[in-house]
Amino acid sequence: MNKPILRVEDLTVTLTTRDGIAPVLDNVSFSLNAGESIGIVGESGCGKSMTALAIMGLLPQPVGNIASGRIWFGDEDMVAVSDARMREIRGNDISMIFQEPMTSLNPVYTIGEQIAEVLRRHQNMNRRQAMVRATELLDAVRVPDPARRVRDYPHQLSGGQRQRVMIAIALACEPRVLIADEPTTALDVTVQAQIFELLSDLQSNTGTAVIMITHDMGAIAEMSERMIVMYAGRKVEEGTVDDVLDNPRHPYTRGLIACVPHIQEVVTDQRQPLVEIEGIVPSLSEFGQNACLFASRCRHVTDQCLAARPPEAQVSLQHHAACWHAEKLS
Amino acid sequence: MAGNKAVANTAEPVVGKARHPVMEAVAMFFGNYAAVVALIVLLVIITGAVVGPIYYPTDPFEMVWAPFSPPGQEGFLLGTDYLGRDILAAILAGGRVSLAIGLAAAFMSVFIGITVGALAGFYRGWVEEILMRFTEFFQVLPTLLFSMVIVALFGASLPMITFAIGIVSWTAVARITRSEFLRIRELEYVTASRSGGATNFKLIFSVILPNALPPIIVQAALMVGSAILFEAGLSFLGLSDPNTMSWGQIIGSNRPYILDASYTVTIPGLAIFITVLAISLVGDGLNDALNPKLRRR
Repeated sequence: MNKPILRVEDLTVTLTTRDGIAPVLDNVSFSLNAGESIGIVGESGCGKSMTALAIMGLLPQPVGNIASGRIWFGDEDMVAVSDARMREIRGNDISMIFQEPMTSLNPVYTIGEQIAEVLRRHQNMNRRQAMVRATELLDAVRVPDPARRVRDYPHQLSGGQRQRVMIAIALACEPRVLIADEPTTALDVTVQAQIFELLSDLQSNTGTAVIMITHDMGAIAEMSERMIVMYAGRKVEEGTVDDVLDNPRHPYTRGLIACVPHIQEVVTDQRQPLVEIEGIVPSLSEFGQNACLFASRCRHVTDQCLAARPPEAQVSLQHHAACWHAEKLS
Repeated sequence: MAGNKAVANTAEPVVGKARHPVMEAVAMFFGNYAAVVALIVLLVIITGAVVGPIYYPTDPFEMVWAPFSPPGQEGFLLGTDYLGRDILAAILAGGRVSLAIGLAAAFMSVFIGITVGALAGFYRGWVEEILMRFTEFFQVLPTLLFSMVIVALFGASLPMITFAIGIVSWTAVARITRSEFLRIRELEYVTASRSGGATNFKLIFSVILPNALPPIIVQAALMVGSAILFEAGLSFLGLSDPNTMSWGQIIGSNRPYILDASYTVTIPGLAIFITVLAISLVGDGLNDALNPKLRRR
């Protein structure tokens, strides 16, 4: 369990915008052990999805580029491998599920054909074998009546069912890493719970390591062992979910946790007001400064925060926070 | 993976299944009466052109009777032309050629147009720049003049006329294909396919192209009509193979007698008019049926 299968080292990804080149990911490092489940949280535009796309080699072309850093998958540096090798890895060793199940399936093919497609590409199955396997996979992701459903088109399925199909496609080749980019954001709350349950069941059955990208703290608490908090393209806090949620050391993490609404058992007049983190995420052009990018929204801000980018302070063995005042905030 | 669970062995008929998009488009098309009538007319014309010369084996080039015999008299349904040739035989034989040229030229322009448009829309960047400037080069050429030059230079054979029509009319297909590719390439299912390890070839031809087809099909149908008109135009100007009969050729050769025996020009003209109108109406019906924005109204 301790040898990481995926290791991201000092990854910097730039986006070329009209105003110049901005680092959407700024020196991000983390590692993922085999069979482990980690979560990446943060607000919109903080670089969560870019991290996923960079690992998959699917950065938007031609604007997105890996400026520096390494992504080690086993002994291979995925930044340097050939396109052909990258295609072998995608879908077979590392696969991804997307945010929008309504638009992630090709409307002109049956779902069976779409699952079979990946199997035929990576597992050298013939059409018949692949369709049989597709039916089994649909059953595994708990789509009712799979033998009939394989012949359905995406428009005949509900959002939750489509996301199950996406999961079936992603797990068809039993990949070692699954990246789930906000897999439940577009779904009903009840369906969300089912999808999480399905994902964690499949994970324990197959031993696939999962990177779960979300802005939902509850989802992280449910699904992941470790978590990474990102802000403005930087990793601000990392640790086990218990450590980070119980003892957050970065003011941004604290803000995120405070923002989770609470449902009271008895609705009284004293409803707790919703908490927000004041201010907004800095714009892309402000990324990459040698300063704490959260400073403008932070209550604990000092001159030091504006003068230099905070290093990662070690809180405990596995718990780090990139804040000058991490020691004080306990 | 829990795939070894027993798969439900359902063999009972599928109930309450939502309709396949193609079936929905077919139903939509048949709800459009003008398009259905046009389709029937078109089928009659095609049947006439295909089997007509078999059941009416008069040679359209043979002088069978006195010149300028009016329609319906002296035993010739559509009369005879200035050389005493049977116009009905000419219409039937010419229909084959006109329709064949229309189809072949449309096929050629769709083929070139899809290739250029798909590559430009998929790869973007310098590929798109080069291909679209190339397309614009063909767009700014006066089409009739350019095809006349080709036919005049390389001879008025059927393949050359088809080529001359196809080469000037693919630009519209290229632009439509490119715009559809630009739209579809950004959709999530393309990224999803890419994340499943699909090659660019696969993405272009089996992921994006099938989704881009509806407007291309409509354009192709309309293009058959315009290719027939184009061929008639060339023939009228005398740029046609004198040894093959086509509708334009009949009009062209009888042109000097338009005032004395107007039917020799009117009849093939009507044939072209009805055929092109029918094709346009069918294309219009296809447009309504395949355009998702008009569906379910």
